[in-house]
Amino acid sequence: MSLLRPTAILLEKELRSELRSRELITTTFVFVLMVLVLFSFTFDPTSTESRRFGAGLLWLALLFAGSLMLHPSFTREQTNDTLAALRMAPLDPVAILAAKILANFCFLLLTEMILLPVFAALYNLRIIGVLAPLFLVMALGTLALSTVGTVFSAVSSYARMRELLLPLLLLPLLTPALIASAEATSGLLDVSPSLSISWTAFLAAFDIIFLTVTWLFGEYLLEE
Amino acid sequence: MAQAHASSTLSPASAAKPASSQGLETIGVALLLAIAGYCALFVAPTEATMGQIQRIFYFHMPFGITAFVSFLISFYASIAYLRTRAPKWDLLAVSSAEVGVPFITVMLVTGSIWAHPVWGIWWTWDARLTSTFVLWVLYVCYLLLRTLIDDPERRAVISAVFNIFAAFDVPFVYFSIWFFRTQHPQPVIGGGGSLDPRMFDVLVVCWVATLAMLGLLLRQRYRLEALRHEVAQLRMEAGSPGEQL
Repeated sequence: MSLLRPTAILLEKELRSELRSRELITTTFVFVLMVLVLFSFTFDPTSTESRRFGAGLLWLALLFAGSLMLHPSFTREQTNDTLAALRMAPLDPVAILAAKILANFCFLLLTEMILLPVFAALYNLRIIGVLAPLFLVMALGTLALSTVGTVFSAVSSYARMRELLLPLLLLPLLTPALIASAEATSGLLDVSPSLSISWTAFLAAFDIIFLTVTWLFGEYLLEE
Repeated sequence: MAQAHASSTLSPASAAKPASSQGLETIGVALLLAIAGYCALFVAPTEATMGQIQRIFYFHMPFGITAFVSFLISFYASIAYLRTRAPKWDLLAVSSAEVGVPFITVMLVTGSIWAHPVWGIWWTWDARLTSTFVLWVLYVCYLLLRTLIDDPERRAVISAVFNIFAAFDVPFVYFSIWFFRTQHPQPVIGGGGSLDPRMFDVLVVCWVATLAMLGLLLRQRYRLEALRHEVAQLRMEAGSPGEQL
């Protein structure tokens, strides 16, 4: 398949450039941690409240972080006009988007995995028994965030006020994914944890639909 | 329905109609709206439990459906633009989105006015209300996005892609909140049940009137957008981009 190889090569490029500086992962981690601490100060939740609202707060923090950290993924390419170079390469433009989506997915998921134990400790939640389903929900939710977020990072990179525009475009569109992820996660953080099959399926459907839409219409974002 | 509107606004003959026929059309639509208002206030029977306040429904629902028709036209036009690259589709996409936003605003406001005496609250996070609200936000963002991109061709492409994403999001918003709320009990929303035939007739009259209004506004807005486009192009040909419209 002609899409796979270029995507893999570009993904390697994205990962390598991030691993050299590690600035995206570090800043996102600190940002989410700060927001979670602030939420904790603001609401001062008891452990019952933590179980009820913790998941929502975590996803809200991740969504805000995503809307800020996904922004450089295209503007970074504008500084030296490297996007033009990528476009000139003999590859399907969708591969550029796919690589960036995958790279952002990896960065976000990695940050979340580092964050989860800290989050559980801060909010006094038990996650040991539900690690596998929790990982599944986190992965599906993060895929939704990184897919739409990366595409909208391209959208906003052409506009003025882009730093403000990206969250503005992204947050309303991700409302359904936010609800689904928060609901599925809070089901897992409950006293008697259970994985909600319907919310997980909903998230998977969201991912599939928006990956398909990106595959169909994403290339228009990259043309000169 | 959406197709019929789209094609009538796009034919070049209609764009070049003399001003007098425009005036006639405006008077016609105003007359239709007046008739619809009369029907809603005097012809339709008073609703048994809600009383007079229910009459706002005859404008609430038609405005809502008409807004959806308008957004559907916008979505279709965005896809057509990406496929054909004919500027007329972009003009239609922005016109119908911009006309749709006030229509849906009317729907939200009249709904709130209706909800207050009937439910005792201005707003509830019910599936229909919330998804309409998110739809409103998405299209306001669409219009905002357009104002923030300077290059006309880029603006057309980028906003078309956003429009398509937004349109695909709407069913997800609806189902997520519907699903969310059915798990948590809350006040039951009106609707369903049987409708008095006279009520239904009045509803149809009102819907026809709002659709006619949509057609009129859409054509005016399209014409304005076409003129702006022409001015921008003439400016470009003259070599001074000037201020972007």
